[in-house]
Amino acid sequence: MTAPHHPFRLLAATCLAAFAGLAAPMTAAAKMHVVTSLQDFASITAAIGGDRVDVVALAKGYQDPHYVDAKPSFVLQLSRANLLEVAGLELELGYLPPLIDQSRNDAVHPGSPGYLDLSIGCDILQRPTQVVTRAMGDVHPYGNPHYWTDPENGRVIARSIAARLSELDPTGAATYAKNLAAFEARLTAKEKEWDAKMAPYAGTRVVTFHESWPNFAKHFKLAIVGTVEPKPGIPPTPSHTLEIINLILAQKVPGILVEPYFDHKTPNYIAQKTGAKVLLFYPSVGGIPAITDYFALFDTNIDTFVDAMKGRR
Amino acid sequence: MRSFAAMSARLGPFLPTALVLGFCGALAPATATAVELQAPEAAAATDAPAQPPAPPAATTGAGTAAPAPPGSAAAPAQPASPEDIAALRRQIETLRQEYEQRLNALEQRLEQLAAGAAAAPSSPAAAPAPTGVEATAAGAPPSPVEAPAVPAPAGAPAEASIPGAPSQTSNYFNPSVSVIGNFLGVAGQNHVVSLPAAELRESELALQAIVDPYARADFFLSFGEQGVAVEEGFVTFTSLPAQLLAKVGRMRVAFGTINTLHLHVLPWPDEPLPLVNLLGGEDGWIGTGVSIARLLPLPGDTFSELTAQVFRGDSPGLFSAPRRGDLAYNGHYRVFRDLTEALNLTVGASYAYGPNGTSLDAKTRLEGIDVTLRYKPLVTALYHSLVVRGEVMRSDRQQPRASGGEQRALGWFAAADYQLARRWFVGGRLEASDRATDARHTDTGRALILTFWPSEFSQLRAELRRRHYSVEEQEATEVLLQLQFAIGAHGAHPF
Repeated sequence: MTAPHHPFRLLAATCLAAFAGLAAPMTAAAKMHVVTSLQDFASITAAIGGDRVDVVALAKGYQDPHYVDAKPSFVLQLSRANLLEVAGLELELGYLPPLIDQSRNDAVHPGSPGYLDLSIGCDILQRPTQVVTRAMGDVHPYGNPHYWTDPENGRVIARSIAARLSELDPTGAATYAKNLAAFEARLTAKEKEWDAKMAPYAGTRVVTFHESWPNFAKHFKLAIVGTVEPKPGIPPTPSHTLEIINLILAQKVPGILVEPYFDHKTPNYIAQKTGAKVLLFYPSVGGIPAITDYFALFDTNIDTFVDAMKGRR
Repeated sequence: MRSFAAMSARLGPFLPTALVLGFCGALAPATATAVELQAPEAAAATDAPAQPPAPPAATTGAGTAAPAPPGSAAAPAQPASPEDIAALRRQIETLRQEYEQRLNALEQRLEQLAAGAAAAPSSPAAAPAPTGVEATAAGAPPSPVEAPAVPAPAGAPAEASIPGAPSQTSNYFNPSVSVIGNFLGVAGQNHVVSLPAAELRESELALQAIVDPYARADFFLSFGEQGVAVEEGFVTFTSLPAQLLAKVGRMRVAFGTINTLHLHVLPWPDEPLPLVNLLGGEDGWIGTGVSIARLLPLPGDTFSELTAQVFRGDSPGLFSAPRRGDLAYNGHYRVFRDLTEALNLTVGASYAYGPNGTSLDAKTRLEGIDVTLRYKPLVTALYHSLVVRGEVMRSDRQQPRASGGEQRALGWFAAADYQLARRWFVGGRLEASDRATDARHTDTGRALILTFWPSEFSQLRAELRRRHYSVEEQEATEVLLQLQFAIGAHGAHPF
């Protein structure tokens, strides 16, 4: 930056230039510019939108989606967006609202057609049935936001995206419908494959680090019996770790599912004490480079699970 | 519902007393769902002709057999006194309200049942929704066809509202409310700035909501033991053309970065010296006026924003306006860039100008540069991060010759905060600042900070601080212990 000797002149000049209307001319966007909170949604959007959309995800697949920094560079992305796709259920509460406010883009404000909450229509689990307080940890009062880990919810998400893209870009409706049909057909085929792989392990008990997997567990019929975190968002404590060790031993739990962005120290310790295996489970596309799309996400996690369980049965 | 109400309203005053009672009585015992469900239809059916005798005729029989509503003396037809009529009107009014509520509740139940039936496609035998009411989840995309058979977790209570209970929708548009408590305990000696041993200071009440499609509003009231102050209260216009964002009201001024932050999001329990000495004191510079910010496109993905602000020319400890037309101005330009995915840099320059009140035309000019470097590898973002920041600011204050003439004061701080575990942060800060009114004197300080976050909603912090006050030639070593706790709506994380 310039030294503060004559910043006033500099500022004044910049001001003049800015307000005199040297606004970047908005080029007629040939493509729909879509911003998503998660790479999972970006992957599905790319599949549905094909060449007609340009898609950017704010959070990376290997970062905790609860804690994303509200970086000004995201404001730039939002300011250009025609469509913003979010997980909703307050998952993006920590960073998205101020970004939307600063975006200067009416289209992406909640309530506008350019704001799409993908939780609508999905099978949402763990909706609180009692009064929630923060004594329960960082609970989500509208239900568990990690719903895209159920492939059937992926189908709902794809339909929502196709419907909204068609609404915003009617000329592409036929393309979106065609791509949606292809996506669904592939999903149906893949689900058969995944279900078949997981079928032998129906009813298997698992422990997870965070409450990220109820939808996955429901679809693939796993039983989550405990979490390494004593409460959502609260790091492991010695007494709770001991409880989990006893639980794993008592219930013969073979696996602990851990997201890549959590510290593996406690899960590894538990594994060492119990013989259960720590399974690195990726909650989102992009968790590792090999997880290039929504299908690869399930391929990777299911292969991890099946490989780990093979030796045990 | 409206038809039912309208009908009663029309009939009420004219009907013979017995008929009215009979009519009321007929409805009163109708508690079974089946009976009640017909009520709106009956009302609707008879509404159109507006023939007074028709509905009562159909129901009088049942009505006479039914227990009379409490407080209604079964009065045979007799010349009515004005009081009787008034009493009856009141009674009818009460009953009408009661029945409207009950009918509303029943309609809701009916809708939910119908919705439930429609949402359970797995049972082919599901009876068609009784009255053709369809589950139309507003804005819902095509419903999950092969969706799991159980749409909601078993045992989830239906969200039926209790008849007569205040509607929850009345809360929908209330602002989100949060309170951040800020307790500060101080130990050690300081003969210049004597903070109390224990204090609940600047606890913050935040009220925030969307105003309309064009604006949002934010109020931050700070509660100290001495009283309440409006720390900020402004409306933000989010839908302006030409990449503009405008704020109107009272706000923390965009001079540098630290001055824009509320006390509870600072990485320290106290304000650094340059803010205290050059920006008007412990609270920093808060202005009342208008702020306009515009994105300035730069090549690449570089964020750049220019903010221009105009405020009333009074601000405690900083500006004082002899005349109404003496205003204070501030301009801030900042550039942000992601250097790598984990590393980003913000650089800003500020310039401000306003009357200082020492004479009619005396002005104070402020200039500042702020730099923030953040390092946070995304995979381990929960556990490790580093923020290095610094600001340099200069105050040029015109004063009468008698009080020393023009004062050019310089101040700066540099600080680093490192997160060493999920809940633990350590930090350090160096600071020095001349005094704005007498730049010959330079205060200096250094501090070490340790912060522990039991959860995202509470925070314990200790600062060991040594400051040298040059005018008084005093050295002060203190320990500041801060406990912060947040209740209410979850705000965004500061960046």
